[in-house]
Amino acid sequence: MMSNDLITGYEPMTSIEAITAGLESVGYISTRPISTSVFLAHGLRKPILIEGPAGVGKTDLAASLSRWLDVPLLRLQCYEGLDEGKALYEWKYGKQLLYTQILKEKLNDVIGDAQTLEASLSELGTFEDLFFSEQFLEARPLLTAMRQSAGSVLLVDEIDKSDEEFEAFLLEVLSDYQVTVPEIGTIRANVPPIVILTSNNVRELGDALKRRCLHLHIGFPDHKREQRIVQARVEGISETLLDQMVGFVQSIRKLDIKKRPSIAETVDWAKTLLLLHANTLDETFVRDTLNVLLKHESDIAAVTTDIPKLVRQAASGQSASGRASPY
Amino acid sequence: MDRQITSFIRALRSSDVRVSTGEALDAVRAVALVGYSDRTLLKDTLGCVLAKSPDEKVTFDELFDLYFSRKDTPLGSGESSDQNQEANSDTAAKDVQQDLVELMESGDETAITTAIEKAASAAEVDDIRFSTQVAYYAQQMVKQMGGESLQSRLLDALSQHTDEGEAEAERLIEMRRDLTNRARERAQRAFDVFGKGETRQFREDYAASKRLSALDRSDMERMKVLVAKIAKRLAVKHSRRRRKKSRGQLDVRRTMRANAGMDGVPFNVIWRQKKRERPKIVVVCDVSGSVAQYVRFLLLLLWSMKDVVPDLHAFAFSGRLYEVDEYLEDKPFEDAMAEIMRVAGLGSTSYGQAWSDLKVDHEQLIDRRTTLMVIGDGRSNYGDPRTDLFRDFASRAKRTIWLNPEGPGLWGTGDSEIPRYHPYCNQMSHVATLKDLERAVDDVLSAYN
Repeated sequence: MMSNDLITGYEPMTSIEAITAGLESVGYISTRPISTSVFLAHGLRKPILIEGPAGVGKTDLAASLSRWLDVPLLRLQCYEGLDEGKALYEWKYGKQLLYTQILKEKLNDVIGDAQTLEASLSELGTFEDLFFSEQFLEARPLLTAMRQSAGSVLLVDEIDKSDEEFEAFLLEVLSDYQVTVPEIGTIRANVPPIVILTSNNVRELGDALKRRCLHLHIGFPDHKREQRIVQARVEGISETLLDQMVGFVQSIRKLDIKKRPSIAETVDWAKTLLLLHANTLDETFVRDTLNVLLKHESDIAAVTTDIPKLVRQAASGQSASGRASPY
Repeated sequence: MDRQITSFIRALRSSDVRVSTGEALDAVRAVALVGYSDRTLLKDTLGCVLAKSPDEKVTFDELFDLYFSRKDTPLGSGESSDQNQEANSDTAAKDVQQDLVELMESGDETAITTAIEKAASAAEVDDIRFSTQVAYYAQQMVKQMGGESLQSRLLDALSQHTDEGEAEAERLIEMRRDLTNRARERAQRAFDVFGKGETRQFREDYAASKRLSALDRSDMERMKVLVAKIAKRLAVKHSRRRRKKSRGQLDVRRTMRANAGMDGVPFNVIWRQKKRERPKIVVVCDVSGSVAQYVRFLLLLLWSMKDVVPDLHAFAFSGRLYEVDEYLEDKPFEDAMAEIMRVAGLGSTSYGQAWSDLKVDHEQLIDRRTTLMVIGDGRSNYGDPRTDLFRDFASRAKRTIWLNPEGPGLWGTGDSEIPRYHPYCNQMSHVATLKDLERAVDDVLSAYN
């Protein structure tokens, strides 16, 4: 029931395995649900709405996709008060104004013969709409995405921070991948962009938007995947250290703390440890660099007391088997 | 195959996962893309098309495992051969009847499962709603499979009064028991998939409309879950920020600033916006015996919505008035409630005392964006009701809402001072059930939109 001509562009996306492999080739370690949803987003031409804690690679998925597919990444960062003008297009008022000033005299030449106001108006009407043409159109990410001939990855970041009105407006654009500029006409995407929306759940998104998107939840990675991610991001880290530090981070996440460290922080920590020439996880190293991993004073204080035990656990590989903390 | 998806979606819907028609179509298209062969893939696929929040994901995972659990034949696979069966239902039924004993003897699991599925769809087992129906549907299924012929064979065997007959009967009884068990299992599973959600829904509706004062201890845990649900529902409804544009009033200053780059020519016109006030609630609770249970639920509900109403202050009194925010913030709810009752629950009820305490210590809390909520029966032991103070609060507050556990028929009887307070309240409502509480809180928050 699915006709093939609907799927256009993005040739490399032939199968879920191809997507996993492709993403890995640009350093993004995917999981099966992630690859599946990307595959479906392409196949069904639907946006993906990604939820999950900060720093687990929601935004990075979009960036990696664009790198792998070699199409431009267009990013729209949402914030309270974001409106159409900032998201879709705007007229370059300043330039329009400047041009009218400069062309004033030319204008006189054109309508010079006309005697009455009406006559000059009809005279003007014979010319094209000069000031509302492509030349004066400032394209913003949404419009730019529609105009990419070979497709693009459109990242609408932190959609939960935008207002409800904007959400409704976005729906309209994303449902048929076309944009109407009244003065110019309808601009339709040749190859619909792959749309990725991310949300940190600041507010509950509208049902209408959720209905139109595929939903993907990316959580914290398991031991193995996190290891592979760090390996892909940090060169020259030793196997032992990698195993131990990931084990340590994994067990910290099980503690009752305010902000659990994300993948981004694990990667930063790995880089820090590497810089300090650490070969194995060591209590003093951990104590000195804990602020890379934890961002709240109270969290650091809470974890500090447990460091010796956690390090021992990580060293013996117990944390990998998922032993809960005494908390 | 699409039948399976629609039937699965029906199961999801009955368990509170909202699936729109559009999403159902997406599901079918998605499955057409990925195919049925790989179960994990199917789960991932349907999961990202149908379940759109963490809660829904949990329900989805559970149901998916239940639904597609049965060996190789998922629920409802019998339906796919429906038309076939309907076309020659008579002969089919006869065939089944003749074959039943043979079939059971053959021990061919696949054939038996298929037969059971067929019987299940003929008996419309998937319409099951309550757990008490399991036995009934199982019986219907056995009947569909030709249980009667089995029964008559059994009777024949018994009436022979021979050893062989006995043995035969023994065997048939065993067979019937096996068959009934399978049918029950199948009906139970249908209930787990299709009925559980509705049963829960029914129970919740029932609990929500039950008088709060008539609750047992055993109901408390369930009620708490329910309150959490209501709180979430209200929070979602009221956390949506809506900007109100009042068109027609030009914001001169902002317009000029926005157009400074265009030589002051006002291309972009900016209109004044009405600021939406954040809700501020001051709730005064009469914690004397008759009202305490209502207070418990109101506070539980309000405190579960702390994210939406950060500006929330609670006071409890019977004699003197005490601020109880601290307890509620620092302790688990039950402990806090016990503490509140210990501190404020003793003493004879005096509304007049409460108002004068509120006036002296916390008057500044009540301003024009405050909603003053009072929960109590207004029975003040014939003391001075101090309506002058109450009138004063009511005139300063945005709105004054009185929640009364007593019905209108009792207002003004005995020591009830309700008629004297009533004129100063924007609203005086009778609250008896959780639903009433929900409506009251919804109403208060809606006033801030």
